[in-house]
Amino acid sequence: MEKFQTLHTTGRPLPLENIDTDQIIPARFLKATTREGFGTNLFCDWRYHADGAPKADFVLNDPRYQGQILVAGKNFGCGSSREHAAWALYDAGFRTVISSYFADIFRGNALNTGLLPLQVSDEVLARLLAAIEANPQLELVVDLPSQTLAVPAWSETFSFAIDGYKKECLINGYDDIDFLVNQKSAIEAFEKKRAWTW
Amino acid sequence: MASTLFDKIWDAHVVRSIEGLDVVYIDRHLIHEVTSPQAFDEIAARNLPLFRPSQILATADHNVPTLHQDQPIRELLSRLQVEKLTENCQKYGIELYGLGHPRQGIVHVIGPELGLTQPGLTMVCGDSHTSTHGAFGAVAFGIGTSQVAQVMASQCLLLSRPKRMRISVEGELRPGVTAKDLILYVISQLGTGGATGHFVEYAGSTVRSLSMEGRMTICNMSIEMGARGGLIAPDATTFAYVEGRPFAPKGQAWNDAVAYWQTLYSDDDAMFETEYTYQAAAITPMITYGTNPGMGIPLTGHVPSEVPASEAESFDKSLKYMGFERGESLLGKQIDYVFIGSCTNSRIEDLRAVAAYVQGKQKAQHVEAIIVPGSKQVEQQAIAEGIDKIFAAAGFELREPGCSACLAMNEDKIPAGAYCVATSNRNFEGRQGPGSRTLLASPLVAAITAVQGRIVDITQYLN
Repeated sequence: MEKFQTLHTTGRPLPLENIDTDQIIPARFLKATTREGFGTNLFCDWRYHADGAPKADFVLNDPRYQGQILVAGKNFGCGSSREHAAWALYDAGFRTVISSYFADIFRGNALNTGLLPLQVSDEVLARLLAAIEANPQLELVVDLPSQTLAVPAWSETFSFAIDGYKKECLINGYDDIDFLVNQKSAIEAFEKKRAWTW
Repeated sequence: MASTLFDKIWDAHVVRSIEGLDVVYIDRHLIHEVTSPQAFDEIAARNLPLFRPSQILATADHNVPTLHQDQPIRELLSRLQVEKLTENCQKYGIELYGLGHPRQGIVHVIGPELGLTQPGLTMVCGDSHTSTHGAFGAVAFGIGTSQVAQVMASQCLLLSRPKRMRISVEGELRPGVTAKDLILYVISQLGTGGATGHFVEYAGSTVRSLSMEGRMTICNMSIEMGARGGLIAPDATTFAYVEGRPFAPKGQAWNDAVAYWQTLYSDDDAMFETEYTYQAAAITPMITYGTNPGMGIPLTGHVPSEVPASEAESFDKSLKYMGFERGESLLGKQIDYVFIGSCTNSRIEDLRAVAAYVQGKQKAQHVEAIIVPGSKQVEQQAIAEGIDKIFAAAGFELREPGCSACLAMNEDKIPAGAYCVATSNRNFEGRQGPGSRTLLASPLVAAITAVQGRIVDITQYLN
């Protein structure tokens, strides 16, 4: 997993609520057996016409927006557990998604992919969306060690929550497999003493 | 100290706790062809052995065809993905119920019918509807592919404990109202994010009175309101269902198991962070009108006219996609397809409910009605009971098992613009194929819709 520390970039607004993982990456693209290449089909049915031509009014096709942060409506990533949704966002160049609420499995998948799910209040989200739409160049600074999102143009900084262990993993590029494999003796001891054997 | 059912099971599986996170032991790991290949690659890349391959069970379900399963899969990428699963299972010594195997089927249908799903266990699968297994009083939840690899490597996951929610439903369901209506009603009340961060226990006299199939339907859709999972305390109904199945404990082990299972309930004074109570009498046959499972209304109801300003853009986009207007009734709307299947409603009880209604009737001429059983066993049972002949006579097509038009990864797709009443779990945009329009409902509503060819008040049509 790539290390994540600080990100200076702009945002791309997608102000819809309840964006489900079927929209992020439709099921018909889940037939690949590797992790790469999903970015081409990110938001496929919102992004392209049936003939493959880009839809001019969709944010990913708007040349004014180039940043590495997706700023999306509340309850982002609901629905299917497919980690491919996080891979598709990452593959398309995103490193952070800002929303006011994330679905649990998506949040976990994003963290395991090196994509930071950054939760802000409904009010801050609404301000960010309006400001980015008015000024696509609005600079955003995500600083993971200090758990802050700064908007220099506003002279404002917002703090965000993240589990301490997951923060360390992201900063150092570690993942849970390394940790869990090192628990082998504790796991074997647990297996010997558990109450049920059927 | 008083404890919830969820906490009793969770606590019994904590190997150790570190900085607020628990190393949770996983008893059963179910895998399928779509969310496992990258996990196997991860294990291979790190040169790790599988920690407990005997606790993993594999099936092919998500993108298998539902016709001609005795022949090679024609669609290249689907075939490659299924072949990859077969290779990986052979390489690592994992039991696989692939195409042609008498135990093949949808992962969440075969676990219970084989007796693999049992009270008190922890179960995971790279599929959000793993919550289905909670119907047996198991802690079961969907995981991402990185976590699939973690369980392969260690039989454990590193997790933070979710919050607990209890949803109680009391009283007797009205005629024509089923478990599917109950859960669509609850999700319509709470919304798609209403249970995010929580594990839900379903309780109350209505839930207790349901069959295991009905309980599975409810727990299956827990994820649709954002819950990590749902579960129901095991009872005599549960034990009777599990007993005698291939993987169920036998002899003294059965007695020991039941004695343990009888301790699995929430103590009277256990605390839940969130509680809701509903009355069964308030629930009527339901249908969805929009593009998430929270957008449900009574069949005889109206699409909402007003929504909060913050939701307006998403709401109107959804209605535009579906071709519906604010405030309108769905009664009389012509339907093009009926899909009876998916891990929500493809069990023998669902097929029996459909057959009981359509016996001696004909589907409307313009409707294509497809029934996809949840497993080879369900298919065989339907044939043994003569249900297949009832379907054929009524113009319904009984296919071979798989996930099918629930997520349309195989050839079973609903065309753009067409309306489909489906017993599945999701009505997201394009879920059943690009441009398809899905209305979620119970098997009974689906059966009546297929016969009438349009949305009707089913209470006027009950046998």
